[in-house]
Amino acid sequence: MALLTRTDLRQALITGLWFMFLTFPLLVIKVDPVERTVLWRWANLCWVGGASCGISLAVRFWLAWGAARQERIRLGLAPTASGDPFRLLRQRRVALPLLAAFALFLLAFPALFSTYQINIMTTALMYVVLGLGLNIVVGVAGLLDLGYVAFYAVGAYSYGLLHLHFGLGFWTVLPIGGLLGALFGILLGFPVLRLRGDYLAIVTLGFGEIIRLILENWSAFSKGPSGIANIARPGLFGIELSLEAAIIYLYYLMIGMVLFTVFVVNRLQNSRIGRAWYALREDEVACQAMGIDKTRTKLTAFALGATWAGMAGVFFAAKTTFINPASFTFLESAIILCIVVLGGMGSIIGVVIAALILILLPEYLRAVADYRMLAFGALLVAMMMVRPQGIVATVRRTYTRNHLSR
Amino acid sequence: MNPLLTVSGLTMDFGGVRALDRLDLCIHHNEIAALIGPNGAGKTTFFNCLTGIYVPTGGELLLTLPGKPPRRLGGLKPNRITEQGLARTFQNIRLFPNMTVLENVMIGRHCRTRATVFGAIFRPPATVREEREIVGTSLALLERIGLADQADELARNLPYGAQRRLEIGRALATEPRLLLLDEPAAGMNPHETLELEALITSIRADGLSILLIEHDMKLVMRLSDHIFVMDYGRKIAEGTPEEVRHDPAVIKAYLGEEADHA
Repeated sequence: MALLTRTDLRQALITGLWFMFLTFPLLVIKVDPVERTVLWRWANLCWVGGASCGISLAVRFWLAWGAARQERIRLGLAPTASGDPFRLLRQRRVALPLLAAFALFLLAFPALFSTYQINIMTTALMYVVLGLGLNIVVGVAGLLDLGYVAFYAVGAYSYGLLHLHFGLGFWTVLPIGGLLGALFGILLGFPVLRLRGDYLAIVTLGFGEIIRLILENWSAFSKGPSGIANIARPGLFGIELSLEAAIIYLYYLMIGMVLFTVFVVNRLQNSRIGRAWYALREDEVACQAMGIDKTRTKLTAFALGATWAGMAGVFFAAKTTFINPASFTFLESAIILCIVVLGGMGSIIGVVIAALILILLPEYLRAVADYRMLAFGALLVAMMMVRPQGIVATVRRTYTRNHLSR
Repeated sequence: MNPLLTVSGLTMDFGGVRALDRLDLCIHHNEIAALIGPNGAGKTTFFNCLTGIYVPTGGELLLTLPGKPPRRLGGLKPNRITEQGLARTFQNIRLFPNMTVLENVMIGRHCRTRATVFGAIFRPPATVREEREIVGTSLALLERIGLADQADELARNLPYGAQRRLEIGRALATEPRLLLLDEPAAGMNPHETLELEALITSIRADGLSILLIEHDMKLVMRLSDHIFVMDYGRKIAEGTPEEVRHDPAVIKAYLGEEADHA
């Protein structure tokens, strides 16, 4: 305990008091409007104070321990182990069996769990695709896009409307949704070419809202807030599927979609274009001076990112069979952005893990229903404090070994 | 034969401030030229105009590659100018800090390669070949600037002198005809400066022209074939190192009025 100073203790105590103050109205006061009484739950206050004080102490201890270790490494007293907890996972010997087990679990999932669970998992996989798409724009190219949900809406509505008016099926609309997403990506890309950082974030935020408001108010086009119902589920060579079979079928389709996305995004990142995106994120001026066309590189990032949102949107419409503008609020953009940041900017495996955690966790936290968003928020805060680089920090690809062994 | 680069009447105004005032200069093929002058004379502004980061307010920039008609550079975007055969380094190092040393150089190959999104996803043989060419050329360049051992290191972890060399390597990867170096020796120790000098000489031996901004006068005098001196946005003198050294206007600009009698 010598690692903790008196200041640490005092700070932890203050943190505890602050949280007690902060959560007081939420956790202590309970108004019963029927009985017209106010319930004072003082026990909760003690719990919150104790827990936040304890957590604060633990975090402080952990940080101090890490700093002390760094110091020992610097002085040469401790072996220089890399601080990457995923080091083990990068070894083929460990990674392959783990991956195989995980794949097996995913394949057997429908046989093991109820349709409710399958539905949740399908949603989570949808967010994996969305996260991977936004990862191109935010994580790799470094363009902060807060209106990503707009492309998701474009995809969903292109299926909804094309199905409603022309009776087009899921498989026809899937590529169309992707293309329309890309088109809208470029449409958004043009006006924001000169913007960066905060300004870009605000414009994209506005763009996302514009799309939602159009869908909400242009009733003749989109049927307004009442939405579009009776959208067909994906077809399987014209075979009629029972509801349960359709859910399982969609789950497997979604797995295929995720694999396809990971494959393409991985190849994109390790290509001439992917490198240009990284360079653009690092230094725009140097990037141009090295002969990279800024305009084209940014537009491809926007377009390719939006493509995945468009396709995920088609899946969404097919899964819920009903869409309305309420599904495409800013909150969705925020969650997808959380997935990218939490997973680790630019890291594919990180985004996959983060999407699964962020979507599945709130579902399973329903046990503590009232406080699940609180727990969720606390998790995000803790995560950013402890590991700001994300769950899996990106490691740059090395080329030398391949080249020498050739 | 036309000079490689002809600058005539180049003017750059920032609001009411004239940073470059009707600048004329020529850089010949396979020549090492230096641009010197007191701080704030407009040297870096000149570089920025030349490489398209600023759009000059007036004047003309003409690039003549051997066997090709002259081309105007004014108003072109920076990446188009790099494609024409001009590459630069920056006064305050602007590497891609979180990319590896090798990747930094590979970025330089971008404008000389063609792979599209289609190629990136499907990896046809042409793209695979191109990708191999990029890695091969970049590794060879790293060998040349003496950074091959650190190829997989992140650029931000390199020592200062090595970062400067990497910037030169990255610029060379774009296959320039004219290399613009903005204070390449700044912050280097004498040993690193010597290495830099050898590197610059060897680059010239490959047939490139070099224009450098530099404050290390000994280095400038040793290296340059031709020196341009700027002050307050104007060219106040030019000539061989010997001529410039004895030019009264230059002495005045650097040392002030008193020095006239010295």
